[in-house]
Amino acid sequence: MKDSSKPASSAREYWLDRPENVRKVYLAVWGLCILLLAVELLLHKHTEVPVEKWFGFHGFFGFVACIGLVLTAKGLRRLVRRPEDYYER
Amino acid sequence: MSVEFSPGLTLIFGSLLVPVLRGRMRSAWVLILPVLGLAHLSLLTPGEFGIVSFLGHELVQLRVDRWSMVFGWIFMIAALLAAVYALHVRGALQLTAGFAYAGSATGALFAGDLITLFIYWELTAVTSLLLVWAGGTRAAYRAGMRYVIIQIASGMLLFFGALAQYNATGSLRFEHIGLDGPGGWLLFGAFGIKCAFPFLHNWLQDAYPESTEAGTVFLSAFTTKLAVYALARGFAGTEILVPIGAAMTAFPIFYAVIENDLRRVLAYSLNNQLGFMVVGIGLGTELSLNGTASHAFAHILYKALLFMSMGAVLFRVGTIKGSELGGLYKSMPYTTVFCIIGAASISGFPLFSGFVTKSMILSAAGEGGYLLAWGVLLFASAGVFHHSGIKIPYFAFFAHDSGKRCAEAPPNMLVAMAATAFLCVAIGVYPAPLYALLPYPVDYTPYTASHVLAQLQLLLFSALAFSVLMRYGIYPPELRSTNLDFDWIYRAPLVRLVRWTTRGIRNARGALNGVVQTGAMRIGHFILHESAEGRRLSGRWPTGSMALWMMVLLLAYLILYYA
Repeated sequence: MKDSSKPASSAREYWLDRPENVRKVYLAVWGLCILLLAVELLLHKHTEVPVEKWFGFHGFFGFVACIGLVLTAKGLRRLVRRPEDYYER
Repeated sequence: MSVEFSPGLTLIFGSLLVPVLRGRMRSAWVLILPVLGLAHLSLLTPGEFGIVSFLGHELVQLRVDRWSMVFGWIFMIAALLAAVYALHVRGALQLTAGFAYAGSATGALFAGDLITLFIYWELTAVTSLLLVWAGGTRAAYRAGMRYVIIQIASGMLLFFGALAQYNATGSLRFEHIGLDGPGGWLLFGAFGIKCAFPFLHNWLQDAYPESTEAGTVFLSAFTTKLAVYALARGFAGTEILVPIGAAMTAFPIFYAVIENDLRRVLAYSLNNQLGFMVVGIGLGTELSLNGTASHAFAHILYKALLFMSMGAVLFRVGTIKGSELGGLYKSMPYTTVFCIIGAASISGFPLFSGFVTKSMILSAAGEGGYLLAWGVLLFASAGVFHHSGIKIPYFAFFAHDSGKRCAEAPPNMLVAMAATAFLCVAIGVYPAPLYALLPYPVDYTPYTASHVLAQLQLLLFSALAFSVLMRYGIYPPELRSTNLDFDWIYRAPLVRLVRWTTRGIRNARGALNGVVQTGAMRIGHFILHESAEGRRLSGRWPTGSMALWMMVLLLAYLILYYA
């Protein structure tokens, strides 16, 4: 800490400190995703690319892409990770 | 009234006053200077000015058209915001170098010929080096050396590309070049290095995170977007840029997921965002080029905002490693909010700036039938939300509470972040003024129900993926590490090879001394002999091979630097 003249108070308990509230956030993300799929049922979609016509394409694509991204990155880490001072030795 | 010299010069000469002034005078000047720059821009009229004769050629120092103006505006705005952010810095170095750097980049935008471009191009390299070195650590010094060698290599390619152009056409004007044009590949390489093309990209992730909290904000804005501008002017519609740009959007995000230094994560995501712009240039339609210009505009703002928020964390906590941070929203609530606005903008949430600009490029790719590129860009859009939109705010401000408590960012930083955040939202909510600045007439509606729904689905399901992976402990934790990237080639094996060779040479030197001396004399005689009129060495050498030899020399210097 470069500047300790005004440390913020840490005694206070924040809303996110309680595990049940973190669970609420988690469930809210699920809820929003389901809601977005429901909206698609009501909407006539205009598309630029054929695959976009599939129901829930963007949602499904985003989910799979991110799981794939993270799992691949985990594999990549096994390959490229070195100690922090690797280039300094 | 019209002004006939480059607005870059206003900043460059203005920067010289920064170290002369002290205290409040300096602070005042630092705020006045970019405002003068903005005023200068507003006085420009379309056309070509400042034409000087140099060795019998006309050099155009000031070419004002829609391309140079849209980048000019955002460069000047970025200089102003970065200056406010840097007001707390005591020394004069960073602000002097920062303005000189911003001025050089602006000068390059308005250059109408390749020689003027080259001069400003090299000035950006030197002035930005000072910002990297301002980091003040040994790591910053070494990263700066690597950085400047690579930047100067880019300048060399530009210089020889310009000569090749001149030899073939007799003109030095900077217009559309294309790969078939003379010197096309040299200039393509010059712009590609500065634009962080795949395998030429590591200088960015290497050097930017080593600068100071304010230095990186300056650095993030100019060099790479100048390269985007140069590519758009010289290589619009060059199809190979589509796969190159697509690769740029995809590869860096894997590294961004596992990188621990959060400013380095942002450097990887900067690289990814450049990819979108490069694809837009490659597609070469009015829609896609408008997309590139507007995305560069929006990107400079939200990327600066993200670097500002991480800089504030670095300034207060003293580290920016994800493994050491967490729970800072309790100490820095405003910074947290600004960071989230930057994150929402880069991710392209509706009502934030990225949405109204990036979607133009995606639409252009989809409509043009580039389905593979479109798919990669969509993947990269989900990925950028994942690592910049979620990872950055999450690991710095939320995650597990690191127990670190600090003060909120200083007032000048908060003002800079608030102003930048305001612009990010303003562009997202009301894009018309930005669209009006773009190079071509805009006939595009970002806010259709289908677009908004598609983007929200993409982003929220990405957030869902993150939440699920977090909840079940699959998400890779932040770990202290160095991740090997392409720069490993010149930072490890080449270095070892050179050390090994020099040791060998040193051992053998005694024995070789005599041989070398007679050898050198023989070579000297040979050169004298062959240089005579009509002999081998007196002929004209093609500039392409000159450039190649210069590159070999620079590479040799890079390697010897370690030896």
